[in-house]
Amino acid sequence: MTTSTSVTVSPTFLDRVRGYSPPRRYLPVAATVALLIGMFGAGSLRYQGFADPQVVLNLFVDNAFLLVLGVGMTFVILTGGIDLSVGSVVALSTMIAASTLQAGWPAIATIIAVLVSGTLLGTLMGLVIHYFEVQPFIASLAVMFLARGLCYLISVESIPIREAGFTAFAQGSVPLPGGYHVTPSVVVAVVVFAIGAWVLHMTRFGRTVYAVGGSESSAHLMGLRVALVKVGVYTISGLCSALAGLLFAAYTLSGYSLHAVGMELDAIAAVVIGGTLLTGGRGLLLGTMFGVLLLGTIQTFISFDGTLSSWWTKISIGTLLLIFVVIQRLLTRRQN
Amino acid sequence: MRELVRRPLFWSTLALLLLIALNTAVTPSFLSVRLQDGHLYGSLIDILRNGAPVLLVALGMTLVIATRGIDLSVGAVAAIAGAVACVYIAGSDRPAATSTVVSAVALAVGVCILLGLWNGFLVSVFGIQPIIATLVLMTAGRGLAMLITDGQITTVVNPAFKVLGAGFVATLPVAILIALAVFAVTAVLARRTALGMLIESVGINPEASRLAGVRARTITWTVYVFCAFCAGVAGLMIASNTSAADANNAGLWIELDAILAVVIGGTSLAGGKFSLLGTLVGAMFIQTLATTIPTIGIPAEANYLFKAVVVIAVCLLQSPRVRAAFRSRRPVSTVKAGAA
Repeated sequence: MTTSTSVTVSPTFLDRVRGYSPPRRYLPVAATVALLIGMFGAGSLRYQGFADPQVVLNLFVDNAFLLVLGVGMTFVILTGGIDLSVGSVVALSTMIAASTLQAGWPAIATIIAVLVSGTLLGTLMGLVIHYFEVQPFIASLAVMFLARGLCYLISVESIPIREAGFTAFAQGSVPLPGGYHVTPSVVVAVVVFAIGAWVLHMTRFGRTVYAVGGSESSAHLMGLRVALVKVGVYTISGLCSALAGLLFAAYTLSGYSLHAVGMELDAIAAVVIGGTLLTGGRGLLLGTMFGVLLLGTIQTFISFDGTLSSWWTKISIGTLLLIFVVIQRLLTRRQN
Repeated sequence: MRELVRRPLFWSTLALLLLIALNTAVTPSFLSVRLQDGHLYGSLIDILRNGAPVLLVALGMTLVIATRGIDLSVGAVAAIAGAVACVYIAGSDRPAATSTVVSAVALAVGVCILLGLWNGFLVSVFGIQPIIATLVLMTAGRGLAMLITDGQITTVVNPAFKVLGAGFVATLPVAILIALAVFAVTAVLARRTALGMLIESVGINPEASRLAGVRARTITWTVYVFCAFCAGVAGLMIASNTSAADANNAGLWIELDAILAVVIGGTSLAGGKFSLLGTLVGAMFIQTLATTIPTIGIPAEANYLFKAVVVIAVCLLQSPRVRAAFRSRRPVSTVKAGAA
């Protein structure tokens, strides 16, 4: 997939507005945004205080780790792969963080240890997928088991985090103009998102990610560095999972083997709802962000309602997933 | 001997036997089976009984994988089956009657077949990738199960229902008898009729099969229905064994165990070739592994670590690169290993 930004004779502003049709690649994202706005509209009509900007900001606060996971997952899915290990790697990261902090490591050493181990797992997975031609699904399944197993080896019990730096980070607040505030983890997530968007949309690596997703053999014949990219995306996903694990550890201030069970499904759902094609090659990182926000909005909706039970979250995520998958299918079928 | 090594089932059977040998070395009573109150008791019987749900789900999964698909929703379907049956029994007028159980089981299996129809519809008619189509139900299914049980763990007290998962007939556990019966029927249908070959042809190339006159769409659809049926029966066994429907934990990660069993059994994830006998060995291997780990003094939770090692080992052994390396080292006459 390449973008063709053809600049022709500059027409007048009015002509441009009149003849404007949004590029196809923005259509799925536009659908997500429309749905998000619709849900917020419905929420603010039904519940008092739903439309408060702080509610919007809290979407970021409560889903910072999911956004970070979504960034990594978007890279993987764009190449046509999938990473089922992210939830387990998050759990493993919280365990490593909690246990090393308990052993008296300085926070910075803990952070480095977590990031390195996550990246290493991701790289290993990428190497197995690319060089041994193991399906991404089954390779990441193995890493999923591996990471959960390692969690239990560290400890079966939940380990609390009491280190000063982590608790300060967890309880910290970043004031925004207008009396609103977010947590430091939101800042981290937004920075990760910005870096991800830059890499994906502005660098040679990012272009190659799209090319590999479009057609791996074509990309290979074009002389693109397929191996680097295929191993690279899983490395990125591993790094993002480890970072998300750190944010999750700070969010819950504990390490536990059963943290983040099924979070890989949330991450995949966010990416799909954000309009990224599961066959790879098409999608935007921006869409993933809106996908994460949409998942967050569903939860907010349910918690505002109070009468709806928590399982409606799962049912509505499944339904949304279905709708978007079907829409994607119809769109691609028409193009073919 | 060389012929034997080349049989597809050789390595998985060897692994299973080694595991049993290890168990016997650690606990000498492992192999002993004794008769008590008309039931057979012993570790081997436990493995058979507890392995029945995984075996059932893996059977359905084998056929799905043979069509180059995958069904991630089996765990959720199992949870729904348990939830439907338990809620029906608990809410009926005569919660202890056998007739209630019969209609509860029929209802639960019916619901599961509907879910299978739904999965198959998404895959075969809409043409959505199997992993995603079934991901929808995997995500929503547990929510649905909780909706049915209202978020509670529904317990039932019914001797007839208990038989399904924990009962014995002719000294053998009912669960494994059911699983083996389904296995036998599937094996006969798949290998004594053309059905197995047709399924494999769809797995190799659905479009070419269609042009050759195979009803590719119907076959794809059917295997998902069969898979959901198996998952439903497995879910009933799990619910019956605990006399309760736990929407959150019933059948949790059973899809992964089932896929693992299928892979260990030598069925290729790329579709087009399957071995039901291999799946049987694979399922028993997984259950024996789960029993072995606490026996040799490792925390039961570390199970996952060993499963990961097994998955990685099997996948690497199956990968083209490793196979090519093996082949170049031993340039013997290439005997094509037929599917079992």
